[in-house]
Amino acid sequence: MSIMVKVEEKLYQNRYIVDESRPHIQIKSEEACKSCDKQACTFCCPAACYSKNEAGSVTLVTDGCLECGTCRVVCQDKGNIAWDYPRGGYGISYKFG
Amino acid sequence: MVEKFDAIVIGAGPSGNAATYTLAKQGLKVLQLERGEYPGAKNVQGGIMYSHELEKIIPDFREDCPTERHIIEQRVWLLGDDSYVGTNYRSEAFNTDKPNRYTIIRANIDKWWGEQIRKVGGLQICETTVTELIRDASGKVTGVRTDREGGEIHADVVIMADGVNALLAKRAGLQTEAAPENVALAVKEILFIDPELIQQRFGVKEDEGVVIEIMGKVTKGMVGTAFLYTNKESLTIGIGCLISDFKNGDCPPYKMLEDLKKHPVIKPLIEGAEMKEYAAHMIPEGGYKAVPQLYGDGWMVVGDAAHFNNAAHREGSNLAMASGRMAAETVLELKAAGKAFSAANLATYKKKLDDSFIMKDLKKYRELPGIMHGNKQFFGAYPDEITAAAHNWFTVDSVDKKSKEKQIMKSFVKRRSVMGLVGDAIKLVRAVR
Ligand SMILES: Cc1cc2nc3c(=O)[nH]c(=O)nc-3n(C[C@H](O)[C@H](O)[C@H](O)COP(=O)(O)OP(=O)(O)OC[C@H]3O[C@@H](n4cnc5c(N)ncnc54)[C@H](O)[C@@H]3O)c2cc1C
Ligand code: SF4
Repeated sequence: MSIMVKVEEKLYQNRYIVDESRPHIQIKSEEACKSCDKQACTFCCPAACYSKNEAGSVTLVTDGCLECGTCRVVCQDKGNIAWDYPRGGYGISYKFG
Repeated sequence: MVEKFDAIVIGAGPSGNAATYTLAKQGLKVLQLERGEYPGAKNVQGGIMYSHELEKIIPDFREDCPTERHIIEQRVWLLGDDSYVGTNYRSEAFNTDKPNRYTIIRANIDKWWGEQIRKVGGLQICETTVTELIRDASGKVTGVRTDREGGEIHADVVIMADGVNALLAKRAGLQTEAAPENVALAVKEILFIDPELIQQRFGVKEDEGVVIEIMGKVTKGMVGTAFLYTNKESLTIGIGCLISDFKNGDCPPYKMLEDLKKHPVIKPLIEGAEMKEYAAHMIPEGGYKAVPQLYGDGWMVVGDAAHFNNAAHREGSNLAMASGRMAAETVLELKAAGKAFSAANLATYKKKLDDSFIMKDLKKYRELPGIMHGNKQFFGAYPDEITAAAHNWFTVDSVDKKSKEKQIMKSFVKRRSVMGLVGDAIKLVRAVR
């Protein structure tokens, strides 16, 4: 859990323009995540947006998303992630990059 | 109102900026669309910019381009658990009026590009995400659709400079999704620090910079590298590995970055610095074999979206700028000759690429991604062995040097058979020959 705390501290430094209640990435089927043995999105996402839940599936919260695309690449064999960019102007807004 | 442009460029990274600037400068009616709040808002770069390609496009860029430090020393470090073995190259000859390499802060450079584009009459619109390509009945690309109200815009030709995700080409069926072994994920932080400390710790004067490229134990046996660069008032530190390796491992990227920052040889260099931003981005590393279809009726693809990245030399932005320029020059030539932007005519773009360092370099290293992937000893056993060998060699303990040599050799061979060592050497030589 200490790892989670650290990534949140990192994300806290970033500037985001949040598009309230319009997540740009979605898990297509919670059921499909249950049958995924690795659930690699939960440890590959650099913003820790994905976490294992009690139901044995995966929960996605896109607030800290860095729009890198990794989860889409990681899940392409299962095809269970609907991935898009946020609306123009929204999302991560790097000050330095 | 349906507006029509000579060309639409999607994305305001180095590839899109080079293309837009080149077209606008010659008086074409060009529109550049960028989804970020401002140019650079979505972009990440470790931070070395090579001046040669930029100079071709904007010869006097040094007059006002907000670069950080010009690089006078390059270090390559192989990290063990608590040590490094490395090489340094430093030269006074890098202190010229026209330095070849600079560290940069990407957002500053992209904003500067935006100003240059406006100066030559290009139109750049931010906060606009292109959602899809518009094609006519014959399949020719005739414009783009955006997420703005009535956001349909037409042009004679569309240049996709939308970066490594390349969603537009993928959606239009012009590319397939990148395989996890062909893309790396890099995470980085910018650490603000007193410039005096940079000067002291890296042994440089104001404006002079050092870059350190890092390999070894910190990537936990995964194929990847790390870096530490000096900016004017900040340091950039980052690490990246192939996504296939992240997927098969269990170490989150931010944990790897934390471990790098805590490494006993890195920590003293960044001590006391304040972290101001954490970023992540993919890098296309599949090389020559991963390059997709580059042009078709009414469209071209440039930069990272075309997989133009030389992972072996950590070059990307220069390939991006060069390909953007070549795409623009293709448009200018066809326009001047009054020719259509058909696939057959746009093939000159591919010809230009083939004749340039872009395709030549990618071709030279075409076997490298596969070799690295199939030979993890370069990232696990070797850093261990080499740092241990150095430790043995430099420990004065009354063991004669000949015996030391034998000990070192024996240890190498134990980890990896003689045939393995020879095989690795051959593979490496072949890949970089
Ligand atoms: C950590 C890291 C370190 C690196 N270090 C170096 C280095 O030291 N030196 C070097 O030369 N290269 C380096 N690179 C590589 C370099 O950053 C890239 O090769 C380069 O940025 C590619 O430029 P580009 O214009 O093709 O794409 P990008 O810079 O990714 O730009 C794409 C642009 O398109 C926009 N966009 C995407 N989709 C849409 C859409 N649908 N609608 C509107 N806009 C859109 C994006 O917002 C973005 O602004 C590094 C990369 C990373 C990730
Ligand atoms: S795009 Fe990147 S940061 Fe966003 S959820 Fe996916 S892996 Fe995480």
